[in-house]
Amino acid sequence: MNYNWNWHIFLEPNPMGTGTYLDMLLAGLVVTVKVSVLAWIIALVSGTVIGVLRTLPSRTASWIGFCWVEFFRNMPLLVQLFLWFFVLPELLPKSAGLWMKQLPNAPFWTAAVGVGLFMSARVAVQLQAGIGSLPRGQKQASTALGLTTVQTYRYVLLPMAFRIILPPLTSEFLNTIKNSAVAITIGLIELTGQARSMQEFSFQVFEAFTAATVLYLLLNFVVVTAMRFLERYVAIPGYITGK
Amino acid sequence: MIEINHVNKWYGPSFQALKDCTTSVAKGEVVVVCGPSGSGKSTLIKCVNALEPIQGGDIVLDGIKVNDPKTDLPKLRSRVGMVFQHFELFPHLRIIDNLCLAQEKVLGRKHDDAVVTAMKLLDRVGLKDHAKKFPAELSGGQQQRVAIARALAMNPIAMLFDEPTSALDPEMISEVLDVMVDLAREGMTMMVVTHEMGFANKVADRVIFMDRGEIVEDAKKADFFGTPRSDRAQKFLSKILQH
Repeated sequence: MNYNWNWHIFLEPNPMGTGTYLDMLLAGLVVTVKVSVLAWIIALVSGTVIGVLRTLPSRTASWIGFCWVEFFRNMPLLVQLFLWFFVLPELLPKSAGLWMKQLPNAPFWTAAVGVGLFMSARVAVQLQAGIGSLPRGQKQASTALGLTTVQTYRYVLLPMAFRIILPPLTSEFLNTIKNSAVAITIGLIELTGQARSMQEFSFQVFEAFTAATVLYLLLNFVVVTAMRFLERYVAIPGYITGK
Repeated sequence: MIEINHVNKWYGPSFQALKDCTTSVAKGEVVVVCGPSGSGKSTLIKCVNALEPIQGGDIVLDGIKVNDPKTDLPKLRSRVGMVFQHFELFPHLRIIDNLCLAQEKVLGRKHDDAVVTAMKLLDRVGLKDHAKKFPAELSGGQQQRVAIARALAMNPIAMLFDEPTSALDPEMISEVLDVMVDLAREGMTMMVVTHEMGFANKVADRVIFMDRGEIVEDAKKADFFGTPRSDRAQKFLSKILQH
């Protein structure tokens, strides 16, 4: 293989005039972090609502939950991003479609919402399983004390269910970060996007993607470590999964 | 205090869990409900505070119809204490917070007042020193005494017990029964599903014997233990009193 390794490339100025190639990659990392965190917040909030709906006795509620989950988890993420970015603006009334297309930073917002909704289906299913794993008597005991359904979820069921599903939720957070790379296809210049443009400008493809790999690994390592601390922080003394 | 009139309940279209059950518990009365497993005794007691819906008949609690759609169920339930077979303490809350949660969220008591009530009751069940612990750090008998204290913290007008000692090691049964005997002697209105015939003999005013969803016998304690009128109850008693 005739390849000219050059690890000094990161310190050379990039052709955009925004500093070095390393600066370019770091700028991409910042976008990745921003879009992932926003997507994760959307996934957690809507996933929680949908997960709760799926555990309610009401048929309408569980039907809404069912439709949401099956819609968002049965389509490839790539297709979903294309739908939100290219198709939706055309389907909306003209003024709304135009507003979407002219949105500053449209790829960013589309990616955050698109990845967030995609991940929300997974959060919902896990939360449903977490709530389902609690003894039935917990809900009965809470109801018997006079707590309303909302209070029962808020003070009794959800605090336990989230503790139980914390380890798989960590994986989902990591998946959110990794899935954000799909946003390159709708023109978001995040970490993968910056690695690609570095490759195109400098022809140092191995260096560019090695750096991107290391940055993804580091980012996910930070998340894993933070979640470990969170798990330990919310552990319940004496409780079996709290160890 | 508790009136149960011609109550019918089905699980699904074919299984009738309660068949035309009629009985009542007067103020200050202690009624023990016994019978073989699957006889509907737990179902009956769960219908009293509408944890289980009924399909026919009426249940009236302190003059309020439980199965009226207009009844404010959370409010009604908050006035009736309930103790479960598996304790159902909230595992993520300290003992003191288990006792305070419903006082604050349902009755709207101030935190300090709730703590005072809680500590008084914990003292009464002999667990004042455990207030800061988590449920999983207590033995089964201790957890059940906490569960009784939690129910009493709501100043209930009546107490329902659903097999409160069935999940306990033999050596812990008496510590729970002692608390219940004290409660009965203080004049608390109690409906108790249990197989502890010693307890029934000591404090019950009446004993209800159920079989296959029907109330087979509803008699004063002396009559029940003397000469039960039904063959079924006689057989049941001969089996459980044999050893």
